[in-house]
Amino acid sequence: MIAFMIRRLFQALIVIFIISVIGFAIKQSVGDPVRELTGISVSEEERDEFREKLGLNDPWFVQYGRFFGDAIQGDLGTSFFYKRPATEVILEKAPATLELVLVSSLIILFFSVPLGVFSAIKPDSLFSRALMGSSIVGVSIPVFLTAIMMVYLFSIKLGWLPSFGRGELVMLGGWGTGLLTVDGWLHILMPSIALSSIMLPLFIRLIRSEMMEVLESEYIKYAWAKGLSHRRVWFVHAFKNTLLPVITVGGVQLGVTIAFTILTETVFQWQGLGFMFMEAVERSDAPLLVAYLMFVGIVMVGVNTIVDLIYGLVNPTIRIAGVK
Amino acid sequence: MKKHFMLTLLLVLALSGLAQAKTLKLAMDADPVSLDPHMQLSGGMLQYSHMVFDPLVRWTKETTIEGRLADKWERLDDKTVRFHLKKGVKFHSGNELTADDVVWTVNRLKESVDFKGIFEQFNSPLKVDKYTVDIVTKVPYPLLVSTATYIFPMDSKFYSGKDDKGMDKAAINKTGYSFANDNLSGTGKYMVSERQQGVKVVFEAFPGYWDKQSPGNVDKIILTPIKNDATRVAALLSGDVDFIMPVPPQDMDRIEKSDSVKLVTMSGTRIITLQLNQNRVEAFKNPKVRQAIVYAINNAGIAEKLMKGRATVGAQNSPKGYAGHNPDLTPRYDLKKAKQLMKEAGYENGFEVSMVAPNNRYVNDEKIAEAAASMLGKIGIKVNLKTMPKAQYWDQFDLQVADIQMIGWHSDTEDTGNFFEFLLMCPNKETGYGQYNSGNYCNQEVDSLALKVQAETDEVKRTAMLQKMEKIAYDEAAFVPLHWQDLSWAGKNNLGIEAIVNVMNFPYFGDLVIK
Repeated sequence: MIAFMIRRLFQALIVIFIISVIGFAIKQSVGDPVRELTGISVSEEERDEFREKLGLNDPWFVQYGRFFGDAIQGDLGTSFFYKRPATEVILEKAPATLELVLVSSLIILFFSVPLGVFSAIKPDSLFSRALMGSSIVGVSIPVFLTAIMMVYLFSIKLGWLPSFGRGELVMLGGWGTGLLTVDGWLHILMPSIALSSIMLPLFIRLIRSEMMEVLESEYIKYAWAKGLSHRRVWFVHAFKNTLLPVITVGGVQLGVTIAFTILTETVFQWQGLGFMFMEAVERSDAPLLVAYLMFVGIVMVGVNTIVDLIYGLVNPTIRIAGVK
Repeated sequence: MKKHFMLTLLLVLALSGLAQAKTLKLAMDADPVSLDPHMQLSGGMLQYSHMVFDPLVRWTKETTIEGRLADKWERLDDKTVRFHLKKGVKFHSGNELTADDVVWTVNRLKESVDFKGIFEQFNSPLKVDKYTVDIVTKVPYPLLVSTATYIFPMDSKFYSGKDDKGMDKAAINKTGYSFANDNLSGTGKYMVSERQQGVKVVFEAFPGYWDKQSPGNVDKIILTPIKNDATRVAALLSGDVDFIMPVPPQDMDRIEKSDSVKLVTMSGTRIITLQLNQNRVEAFKNPKVRQAIVYAINNAGIAEKLMKGRATVGAQNSPKGYAGHNPDLTPRYDLKKAKQLMKEAGYENGFEVSMVAPNNRYVNDEKIAEAAASMLGKIGIKVNLKTMPKAQYWDQFDLQVADIQMIGWHSDTEDTGNFFEFLLMCPNKETGYGQYNSGNYCNQEVDSLALKVQAETDEVKRTAMLQKMEKIAYDEAAFVPLHWQDLSWAGKNNLGIEAIVNVMNFPYFGDLVIK
């Protein structure tokens, strides 16, 4: 176990190092921050002087060396736009995204498991067929379209839900949460549904197909033969084994969901990381970009580690194979 | 006596109770990048400056100039204008506005990377007495008073000295901490009571505001930046915000049709143009080819169809209302004539060129470029078009990577000369003129006129020269003028939007009336 964690930590460091190199390599091509920071009528020389001051004229490896030196001391640079340390900006924006992903994961969890299991047990029922049909539609509609349609319907036409933002926040230490106020919940409803709109159908289908496959397997037949109750066969023997691939996919998808927040957050003006990333790209805010990529890298490695650990808990054979 | 006083007090209280606190929920595409008005020269920062500061003078709706912190002003000679400041104007900090603050502010503007260009002609102002200041330029300068619209006096006492980090409070920093980036003391109607960058800014009325004549009755403004066009419109239609700017053209019809909100538009001053690079394409050196291109591009059609009538078709740089606007110049679209000109120039069979345009800078920029490219195809000019986001575009523009490049320009001085200085004077690294002249158009007569108007203080003569410059550029087809984008605002019906907006796109929120 400890060896496993150490190995993971080491892997994480390598991943983050590679991401920082790639992030640095692409930052040149996202545009010129100096352009963004100066008015259009500022002269060429002034701009050059400014570029020099920011150290943007130095060769790539010199800039990277400087960045690396600061980074190992915990300083990922200062965002050009926010004029504050990039890590500080990210930590400030992270709660918004994490809350959004959390609520949308809960939606996925609470709906995909019962619906998926039901449609696997009763594949021929009308409800299952309708569910499968509509899930195809759900997967095919892009998130931003779902989001805009929801805003049109629930905000403009019906006037039930607010169209943008996070609403009233309560500060818990450094964490601005919207989950403690009614207003906050009203605001998070649409974005989280929009965000889950792609993953939910995907998970229903995944659980269904896995479950159906498991139900065909030898040991389930044996369980039936043994005369176990339906409930026990479905929910203990079959469902537990269905979970294995679902956890793996879920872990990977959690990372993808964080990426999907870019679209959702843009439409709902949700002040989280995805939105911040989008703006950083547009403003060529290189320090913030690199810091964000590294942050996402850390999250991905972290999530995958946790998934591996859970995996071991659910399936003992993996644990034996994994830890040599 | 005491009884009277109490009575008056009661009356005042009753009246102020009637005129209850009004809050405006405002959504713009971005929020101020800093609290320091000299940090960046941009439309957004000037809009902000008009909320929390006041300029010496400002533009009216009719592009005339009215006094704000300056009561009156007179020209002493062709280099000096004397400004008489209003008395008793208080900064948010409680300090009183004096001539020292004006001197201090102009000196700081001269230090700002973004503003020093505009204030290059200016010397340090001379304080005459506590409320009088002479603003002096190095050379005779006709635009002195209109440049004073950029002078928003800052509280020199508040911004002087060292902050708790031991840094100079007056410092201007574009990429990191500075006192002025986070702290504010102006003379404007609003103070910033809360600010989360990129999330919201809350402005609250300053009780000691000097302008008691203003009809404005908004005590609180909550500014939320909403970047996405569709979201911004949805926020207005759903009633989550009261006022939005800018309004995306594709939603204008919908807003106009809606009963609860209204749309206000106005012809703008930003001209969208194409530049034909004569250094890259031999054919573009021939005025006939350039004329043929102007004749081939149906800019009236672009304004009508692509812009859905939300633009004013142009034939020159200067919009109506500018001194240099030459009413004789009309849009030219005549395909036959264009073909004829190509033939005369010896390019009957056409040629191939490259073109670049941004795709997120101007309204419909990409579609406009595509339309222009296909129109040129009709006279045999094959255009290879590439569009890109603005973050990458300007570097490419500077490198002159393509034969035809798109640029939109708004004159910072609200004067014709500015267009020529940046877009049409012979490019010269030393003087900085022609900085955005990627067409490399160069005409000595235009250059000498453009330099002459800088110092001509006789308005009649100056106007004649400016109009002549426009005429030459028109006749020689120095560039391809397309249109001036309309400005647009939308808000709830009970807002007096019309009264506070202007062609500079600086809504004077201090004067906004909510019924």
